[in-house]
This record gives sequence, structure tokens and C-alpha cells, in this order.
Amino acid sequence: MLLIACPYCGERPEIEFSYGGQAHIARPARPAELDDAAWTEFLYMRDNTKGVHAERWRHSHGCGRFFNALRDTATDRILATYETGKPRPDLGATRELAP
Amino acid sequence: MSRQRFSALALIRRGLSGHRGWLPQWRKASPQPAYDAVIVGGGGHGLGAAYYLAKEHKLGRVAVLEKGWIGGGNTGRNTTIIRSNYLFAESAALYDHAVKMWEDLSQVLNYNVMFSPRGVMMLAHTVHDVQSSKRHIHANRCNGVDNEWLEPEEAKAFCPPLNISDNIRYPVLGAALQRRGGTARHDAVAWGYARAADALGVDIIENCEVTGIRKDARGAVEALETTRGLIGARKVGVSAAGSTSVVMKLAGVRLPLESYPLQALVSEPVKPIFPCVVMSNTIHAYISQSDKGELVIGAGTDAYTSYTQRGALHINTHTLDAICELFPQFRRLRMLRNWGGIVDVTPDRSPIIAKTPVPGLYVNCGWGTGGFKATPGSAHLFAWTIARDEPHPINAPFTIERFRDGYLIDEAAAAAVAH
Repeated sequence: MLLIACPYCGERPEIEFSYGGQAHIARPARPAELDDAAWTEFLYMRDNTKGVHAERWRHSHGCGRFFNALRDTATDRILATYETGKPRPDLGATRELAP
Repeated sequence: MSRQRFSALALIRRGLSGHRGWLPQWRKASPQPAYDAVIVGGGGHGLGAAYYLAKEHKLGRVAVLEKGWIGGGNTGRNTTIIRSNYLFAESAALYDHAVKMWEDLSQVLNYNVMFSPRGVMMLAHTVHDVQSSKRHIHANRCNGVDNEWLEPEEAKAFCPPLNISDNIRYPVLGAALQRRGGTARHDAVAWGYARAADALGVDIIENCEVTGIRKDARGAVEALETTRGLIGARKVGVSAAGSTSVVMKLAGVRLPLESYPLQALVSEPVKPIFPCVVMSNTIHAYISQSDKGELVIGAGTDAYTSYTQRGALHINTHTLDAICELFPQFRRLRMLRNWGGIVDVTPDRSPIIAKTPVPGLYVNCGWGTGGFKATPGSAHLFAWTIARDEPHPINAPFTIERFRDGYLIDEAAAAAVAH
């Protein structure tokens, strides 16, 4: 079970959270102008990254708020959590490597 | 290439001579500079596709590239359930194609895959379950797939360990039974296809990871860069399950896939006690007994995408709670092993067996939590698609473009299993 640091409540076990999939997918500002390919991309296509993945979580059995996390999907190590609306943190050289 | 033919007589003869003289069942092949077709992914689906390419489409030079060892991915990690009682006509045709191939697969491959059509019983616990199950039964019968409704007493007669008392949290209100469904020996499927493909000259190359996909000037596939050198191929079929997104990214192809861990576990072996397969989608319990005597138990997927081939313990305990309620006599059984596989899930929970925007590149993916049952059919249709550069009528609806065009085959909402 993952230990997830909610930016509002601190570290809590995974069962308090629900997963929200890939983060930073904004609903198109002008939906009527999208063609089928762009809708497909928005609705269905996902990076499915092996490595550092930005994803949404909701602390559904806690504060109830959405936030984002950076998690390495090759190790499940959570590298950072941050509030929704903030840009993806640049882990750069400080990125903690899996043991 | 000559191979030892397996038979009862051969077994007795070798048995009397101390089991000496059995030959390796396939060669340890090294990569050649080029092939007519290369399959990426040495699971059941990939090895099967290579076999059918050589057997039915007479391709001379075929290779299977496997990053690890054959059958070490989801082929060796599933709960071996075989059934075809899916809701939609497209799915019923696809999965029933596989079930029909399972029936004589051992004879075709001369390899005992231990297909055992012992019946798959799917429990209904709520009024909604009952209605949904009956809808499935009617849809299946329209599509020529056997499925029948059992009242609780009939379900208990079919599976005596089942607790049908009305004082449990999710009482059994009935069940849908597909008698042609059952199980098979998962490793034997990979080994049987590997041996049969090898006998037809297919190179099975293990410990060979694809690191790049080279295209020619018009954008068609030309060669694969691998950890064992450059391998030329004009036709490449990717059959890499949970790692499909990673491989296809090398060719710049995006897919509607997310990879999740799916866990399973087995108990200590006990004497034969469980005569069939029981699935309960509502409370996430999937159980059968292997011929070794272990209870084979499947859990649901973990919540998040991952490539770790492991998951959280609470997913397993949730399933065991359900198992213990339905089968109270298993409460004191000890669990021996648990593990995870990475399953590639599409938004509509139906697979993709199709051409891609890159000429010469084909993909067979998106089998999600239920790929094992489809192995022979999937492999057969994928080989057809690769060899003819066009889909077989059965897999024609299972394209990537269905998401763009709105022709989803929405087995997710149909809830053939809980996701």
C-alpha cells in the first residue's frame, strides 16, 4: 500500500485516496472547434508513462480535495505531491532515485 | 526440423528408461540479420501469432523477440479462466473464436495444454446483477454462445462448496453458467506454442529488448533496434501486453491504453474440493482449483497505473474477504504465493487487434484483465492481420480508430467483469 502525502493533510495510507489518472489534461477551451482527432486525444489517449508520471489523486476519505503527484511508475515511489493548478515540479538533478 | 512427438507411448517408453533422452522443446535461437515478420512479446498471444504466421500463412522467416523469458509476463501470471459470455456481438464472436480453438488446441499443438471445460459460473448478488446476468444470457444465446441461468439451489448443486444462505452480506441470488468455459494450464500454452512454432522454423529469441523502431523514407517499418543488435523486418507485430505503450512510443504511435497491476494468489494445495470456476464481479472474487490442488484466486486491479508487477495487499485481502464469505470452509486455508501482472486497459475494455498508422506495424493489445482466455483466437487473428495487411472479419471492429469514430465496444459498462 502506498503512503501518500496529501498537500493539505500530510501522509496518509493509500486506502484514503482515489486515483484520478493522468494530470494536466485541460478540457479544451473551445470544444466546438475541435476535430475528431483532437477529441480522441483529449478523451482517450494517455501517455501511460513508464517512469515519472504526473497524476491526479483525491483524498476522498480525508479532506476531499484533489491534488497532483509525481510518481515513478517503474518503482511506485512517489517523488512529489503538489496542489492542483500548480505547474509540474521540475525534479531535475534532485530527483531521488529508487534504492 | 524434427521434434519428438509426445504421446502416451513415448511417455511410457521414456519412463521405463529413467526419463533420459528428452530433447529441449525449442532451440535457443540467436537473431538473424532480417526476418519476414517479427513479433515483439513472447507471451501466449505473441508465440501463437508466430506459430500461425508460419503454419497458416507460410511465412518463411519469423522471429519472436522477448525482453525476459517466454511466458514470464501475463501468460504466467493470470488465473487461467476461459469463457466467451461477453455481451456484444463483436466480443462474443471474438472470444468464442478462441473458445472453439481451445477445444482441440492440445491435439493441434501435440502439447497438453490441459484445457478443462469445467464450467464458469458467474454469481449474481443484487437485483441489478440478476437483471444484468439474464441480459447477458439472452444476448449470448442470440450469438450462439451457451449461457444459462441457475437458481441458488441449482448453483449450489453445480458447486457444492458455495454458501447460498441468505444471511451473508451479499447473498447469492442466482448465477449464470457457461458450461463450455473452464481453465487451461497457462505455462503449457506458452510452451506448446513455442515448441510448435520452433518446429516450423520460428526463431524464439529471449533476453532481447526492443530499444528502437526504424522507419524508411516513406515511414514504413524497416528494422528493430534491440539489445541483441539490429534486426531487419518489414512486418512487425507488437504483442507486449502491459508494455505496449512503451514499445509503440518508439514508433511514435499513441494508444488509448493505461497499464495497471492485476494481482492473483494461490493457496496451499488441497485435495479436489472445487469442481468449477466461480466468478463474482460484484464482490471481486474469482476462484478455481488447479490440478496441483491450489486454489487459484484472482483479485481486482490496483487503483493506479504502474509497471512494477506488484500491487497493494489490501486489494488481495478484499478478495479473500469475499472468498471466505462465499466459501466459509476456506477460512483456515493458508495462502502460499501472490504476485502481480501489468495489464493494458482500454477505455472500453475491449482489445485492439489492428494495423497502426505506421505501415508494416501491427498491434495486439488492450486485453486488460482478461487476455488469457483469448490466446489462441487472438494469436490466430493477429497472424491473419499481419500476413494479409488487413483484419479478419472477426477482429475488423477492434481497431484503434474506433475511439475516434465512436464505435466503442463497451464491455466496461456491460460488466462482464468488474474493473
